[in-house]
Amino acid sequence: MIRFIAVRLLGAIVVVWLVSVVTFLIFQIVPTLSHTSPVYYYIGKIPFPPDSIQMKALTHRFGFDLPLYAQYWHFLSGILFGQTITDGVSTPIQCSAPCFGYSFRQHQLVGTMMATAAPVTISMCIGAAILWLIGGVAVGTFSALKPGSLVDRVGMTGSLAAVSLPIFFTGPLLLLIFEYTLGVLPDVSYLPITQDPAQWLRSMILPWVSLAFLFGALYARLTRSNMIETMGEDYIRTARAKGLSRPTVIVRHGLRAAITPIVTIFGIDLGTLVGSTVITETVFNLRGLGYLSIQAIQQSDLPVILGVTIIAAVVLVIANFIVDILYAFIDPRVTVY
Amino acid sequence: MSLPRGELEVVGESEKLAKKTTTGTSIVGRSLWSIAWRRLRKDRVAMAAGVVIILLVLIAIFADQLSALYGQNYLEHHAVGAGSLLDPATNLPTGTLGGISASHWFGVSPVLGQDIMTQLMQGARVSLVISGLATALSLIIGVSLGLIAGFYRGWVDTIISRVMDVLLSFPTLLLSLSLIAVVSILSNAVFVRFAIIIFVLGFFGWPYIGRIVRGQVLSLREKEFVDAARSLGGGSGWIMAREIMPNLIGPILVYTSLTIPTNMLGEAGLSYLGVGVPPPIPSWGQMLSDAGNYFQVDPMYLIFPGLVIFISVLAFNLFGDGLRDALDPKSTR
Repeated sequence: MIRFIAVRLLGAIVVVWLVSVVTFLIFQIVPTLSHTSPVYYYIGKIPFPPDSIQMKALTHRFGFDLPLYAQYWHFLSGILFGQTITDGVSTPIQCSAPCFGYSFRQHQLVGTMMATAAPVTISMCIGAAILWLIGGVAVGTFSALKPGSLVDRVGMTGSLAAVSLPIFFTGPLLLLIFEYTLGVLPDVSYLPITQDPAQWLRSMILPWVSLAFLFGALYARLTRSNMIETMGEDYIRTARAKGLSRPTVIVRHGLRAAITPIVTIFGIDLGTLVGSTVITETVFNLRGLGYLSIQAIQQSDLPVILGVTIIAAVVLVIANFIVDILYAFIDPRVTVY
Repeated sequence: MSLPRGELEVVGESEKLAKKTTTGTSIVGRSLWSIAWRRLRKDRVAMAAGVVIILLVLIAIFADQLSALYGQNYLEHHAVGAGSLLDPATNLPTGTLGGISASHWFGVSPVLGQDIMTQLMQGARVSLVISGLATALSLIIGVSLGLIAGFYRGWVDTIISRVMDVLLSFPTLLLSLSLIAVVSILSNAVFVRFAIIIFVLGFFGWPYIGRIVRGQVLSLREKEFVDAARSLGGGSGWIMAREIMPNLIGPILVYTSLTIPTNMLGEAGLSYLGVGVPPPIPSWGQMLSDAGNYFQVDPMYLIFPGLVIFISVLAFNLFGDGLRDALDPKSTR
């Protein structure tokens, strides 16, 4: 077991490292090809001609005159050990590990920016995940109880319809209905849960619902097919024969076995979601990690893009890791080597 | 879904046999494909979805001709002057429901006053070309690498499987956005933008089909017909192409019909975020992004493109779903 965990952990670290290299290279190699100075990615349009003293000074300040591996190491060591950020004029900023650098566009530490944005994304992801897990499993179970029935057909066609709805259509539609037409949700601007739980809930409910539609569909279909298979097993008949009520059998014996594979997908989906909230946050005007990343991409703000991408990779890899370990515990057939 | 190649070969014979036996006994030998087709034909939902897909493809192919027939040009603005269809005070379409009229069936867009229906027809072209080519790219990489990994096993399989694992745990959307942003600094050509969108959608999608194919090949390569082919002197290339590949067509077809809608949504999403196809080329995502600014005052501009995406994606999903049921040997439908 220890070896299994160690191997998976090593794999997870390699993936995160690879993501950091790939993202770093995307923004280092392409400018070189296009003869744009990478300085552009830190401070935007450069008023100085390429060979001027100012330009050389800036290139040196950001370390772009160093070889590529040294630049990468500088970035990596910042994350691992922290670093002191200086622009040579103002007082140096002490940035302790994990230090993702400094956004010269926003004049803020990337770590601080991400820490401010993260609660929005986390609120959104966790709430949506709970909703789609419960909703999806419920729809799937009811569909599986009478395969081919009206409930089943509506549930399954409905779930295919839900997965075909882009969030940038459902989002504005929900806003139009609930905020503007019915006026049920008059103000959906975000406030932290610690500050105003009611307002937090109001701002989150529509993103949750639209994400749950999109993700829950898969769970409904999976639960249904697993459930149909499980309910055909002999032990289900045995449980009924020994006098247990139908609901007890469905929940305690059927659902319990059918839900095991769903754990895997749930973990990975949740991990993936953290890195793909860009569209949802844009639709609902939430200032989370997704908003941060699209803003950074539009401004070519390299340190922020690197930071958010690495965090997204870390979350995804941790989710994968937990799922692997959990799965080995839940399903004894998984070989632990 | 796997079947020995022999059964594929007897399609013609079984039809002859079927004719012979119509008067006598009712036992008819059928290939998996004819069974699948019979099942699919009975599935009314899947057939309806298939018709929608064919219509969509026809609209995309003949978008220019249909626009000419309908009498509108998707680039034409109806914003200023005598022919303006917009309220000068608000820049919103005049008339009911976003300016729906006999000459503009879906109305016109706010601010520019462009005809929405012809824009949607052009958007269908963009959507289908990008999602189709991206799916093809995923298929080419995924099927060939999955085939190689499953067939040769050993260290080749280890490397390919690890690469797939790593790619599947990448924050794909963020990397795609970064890649597109950087490439568009390099070149703003329309062709380059199309190519990079197709590349990111296709490249990050191949591990999914790669895994499916690898799994299928791992079990197929142990089948007797592979041993038979080998003992008759068939080389690895021959066996992969002629013995194993035909058995993969079922899963590949299902995967294709379920990946095209995913890529349609992907393309629309990128366009929504402003990194899709560059204007003035119309795309569904970009129309919805624009509509997001006016949905409170001009909801029809949101609803038409939204419904078109929804119907198109749903049609592909329903068809793929029906196809999967039809090709599943365990299915009794």
